[in-house]
Amino acid sequence: MTIDISQFYQVFFDEAEELLAEMERLLLAVDIAAPDPEDLNAVFRTAHSVKGGASTFGLNDMSEVTHVLESLLDRLRKGEMALTGQHVDAFLAAKDILKMQLDGHRNGADVDQDAVANVRMMLHDLSEGTVVPAHQPTVPSFLHAEQKQQVSEGARRFKIELPDLPKRDVDALVDELGLLGRVSVTPLAGGRTALIIMTHERLDDIVAICSFVLDPDALKIFEAPPLTPEQRAKEAQERARIEDEQGYGFFDPSDAAAPAAQSEEEQGYGFFQPIEQIRREAGIVAETTEVQEQQAAREAQELLDAASEKKAAKKAADAAHAQAESGSIRVSIEKVDQLINLVGELVITQAMIEQRSDGLDPMLHQRLLQSVGQLTRNTRDLQEAVMSIRMMPMDFVFSRFPRMVRDLAGKLGKKVDFITNGAATELDKGLIERIVDPLTHLVRNSIDHGIELPAARSAAGKTESGRLFLSAAHQGGNIVIEVADDGGGLNREKILAKAKANGLAVSDDMPDAEVWQLIFAPGFSTAEIVTDVSGRGVGMDVVKRNITALGGSIDIRSARGFGTTMLISLPLTLAILDGMSIRCGEEIYILPLGFVVESLQPLAADVKEIAGQGRVVKVRGDYLPLIPLYQMFNIEPRITDPCEGILVILETEGRKAALFVDELVGQQQVVVKNLEANYRKVAGISGATILGDGGVALILDVAALLRASRQLTDESVVSRIDNTTN
Amino acid sequence: MSTQATTRTDNHDGSGSEYLAFTLGSEEYGIDILKVQEIRGYEAVTRIANAPEFIKGVINLRGIIIPVVDMRIKFKLGTPTYDQFTVVIILNIGGRIMGMVVDSVSDVTTLSPDQVKPAPEMGTAFNGEYLMGLGTIDERMLILIDIDKLMSSSEMGLIDRMAA
Repeated sequence: MTIDISQFYQVFFDEAEELLAEMERLLLAVDIAAPDPEDLNAVFRTAHSVKGGASTFGLNDMSEVTHVLESLLDRLRKGEMALTGQHVDAFLAAKDILKMQLDGHRNGADVDQDAVANVRMMLHDLSEGTVVPAHQPTVPSFLHAEQKQQVSEGARRFKIELPDLPKRDVDALVDELGLLGRVSVTPLAGGRTALIIMTHERLDDIVAICSFVLDPDALKIFEAPPLTPEQRAKEAQERARIEDEQGYGFFDPSDAAAPAAQSEEEQGYGFFQPIEQIRREAGIVAETTEVQEQQAAREAQELLDAASEKKAAKKAADAAHAQAESGSIRVSIEKVDQLINLVGELVITQAMIEQRSDGLDPMLHQRLLQSVGQLTRNTRDLQEAVMSIRMMPMDFVFSRFPRMVRDLAGKLGKKVDFITNGAATELDKGLIERIVDPLTHLVRNSIDHGIELPAARSAAGKTESGRLFLSAAHQGGNIVIEVADDGGGLNREKILAKAKANGLAVSDDMPDAEVWQLIFAPGFSTAEIVTDVSGRGVGMDVVKRNITALGGSIDIRSARGFGTTMLISLPLTLAILDGMSIRCGEEIYILPLGFVVESLQPLAADVKEIAGQGRVVKVRGDYLPLIPLYQMFNIEPRITDPCEGILVILETEGRKAALFVDELVGQQQVVVKNLEANYRKVAGISGATILGDGGVALILDVAALLRASRQLTDESVVSRIDNTTN
Repeated sequence: MSTQATTRTDNHDGSGSEYLAFTLGSEEYGIDILKVQEIRGYEAVTRIANAPEFIKGVINLRGIIIPVVDMRIKFKLGTPTYDQFTVVIILNIGGRIMGMVVDSVSDVTTLSPDQVKPAPEMGTAFNGEYLMGLGTIDERMLILIDIDKLMSSSEMGLIDRMAA
């Protein structure tokens, strides 16, 4: 039987991505001056989980990077090193590398191997930075004397096993050799030390240097071929692993990796092969297998010691892991949607039962009716609970901004305090995914164009660091997301000038709100409004379009010198809609409540005919176009006189119109169904829903209806609002 | 919305294919049984604005919304009456579900390849392009329709075509 491993890959990818995001969040939150050990532990755990997963799936590049990361983190959380800003930067860079590798595995995206090598080097260098081992040779710190000298390709590597020497001499030797190339120190048992040197110099020179402090005959020198990148990686892993075993062995190498690593261990440093010729040249007396046997025995003992330690550590690690995982399960979105559909069906069935039992005599069927009442309540609760599965906290979106803000502010030389509020506010997953891009654009805009440079801020009497607020809150049936900065605000004159240059109809005495809306016009580059930094891909028109497509709206408030606030208002979910059901002819239609302003029955005097152009209705001084739904949809009308029917005043894209329908039926929440899944797009219809009686009602596409109606009516008399928007 | 590729199911394995036989007016038609999901009675549909007359509207099929077409109107066969005997054949064409109103459904028959004759180049209500052939069972003659091709055609207008 074969198991399709790809499905597990997907799980790992998802999980790793979340873990990396979590790592980033933790890193950004960590207080460098006084790091909370619990935070460091948490970062460490995420790194470790990624490593575990990566090695299980044989993604060695990822597990290697995480391993180096983990080793450094481990020292930090043990308090052996003080956390510095450098560390955090390095960790963030490592996280980016891991993300890149992850994408590489997942989508076949390019992985920049140089960047990978750089980050690993950086992590290495950081772990060298410690001085702890200088006077405690037993502490595993093979890197403490490594020189940060660049060793280019073609360097040779030698391993020098020193006899028992005073610490002072070893240090002196390391310093001397450091002038030749990269030196690293590995403690051996029995107080002896081995040096590994990577250099372009000849062996003679090395021996000459060594002879200053000791008898060359006591040296054992091996030459190793230059490292291939693979070996380099192996070496790094090996080092880190040994480090683990000698006291930091909190974690077990993953099962698959363990045997390989062990065999390597047994062979000593597998890539060092004694070369007879070198020894002769150096005049070294070849020692026999005795030494090697000793070494093997030593290392076997080390392994044993480490094994018991690891066992205990593994238990602790498992417990921690179980705790982290028990909180949630991973379910595919299809399953959730299926569940939602089924519950939707149940709700309809329940409504049918309720409807049919309505006619029964309450005296005779008291118990039945009671049960039906209970069923109704339970179904509603169930529906609510199921719908909430799809809801995700806004934190999912917010969490990706601190990093972006930090990087962007750094790049632009600005200081920005990023404050989020209401991250727990829940929003439908479908919406969450589609709000990320517009929000990203707005946040970038705020930093790029809104918040001024520290000097300019000081001059304006503000604090040097600008503040950027991102908040989310429920407001009625909507969620309102706010992106606010305390920067310079929009520049009215520049916007107006640009609008005129673009040929938009503007006047100098337009209200501010209308001026701000101009920046949403296509081709209206925000970059040219406030600063000279070039725009990036998405324009504000795309932001607006995306938000409108989600059924939301965007508003701007801005005051010169005090900042700009963007208010995005979105429906809570795409799947459920607050609708007003109306009747026209034989059919029931649903109007999304968000578009409905009011409904009224007009007086005959308020309805005016415009020759050949249709009718308008006067509502509180404004003439609104009258759209008879029966005409739009070619329905056999029951009522043709607006004074007998109902006018529903709709508003979208800043225009109003009166939709003439037969009657209002009621107001209800409806589950939105896609019409295109099995049919095709219908003009004027945005979807469909299933009514309580099992029938289908179509949901009107208000924006499209109003657009279509404008072709029927004369623009000039529609309303004065039109003048400003077109 | 991607256009559905029409996959013709030509069975030449000798065992023959099974066809669902139904009537439109006085003619008897057959379609590949594998395209049929279920058969239901006709129920009230929700009309779609500005749709051609043969598209009766949409119905709720256990939570999914599917369009219903009346073949009798589309091909001007028989008189469209809707009573308790009117039948809707629910088709699954490349993952899309749709309903097709016919006068009646008779049976499921197996036709071996030698029972299927090529259709003559002459007037049936259907465009020749959608005919797979004529099946003969004793005295009966089934007009075999390539329902995939028919339902996916732009003539039916059931599926959005990508703008060329």
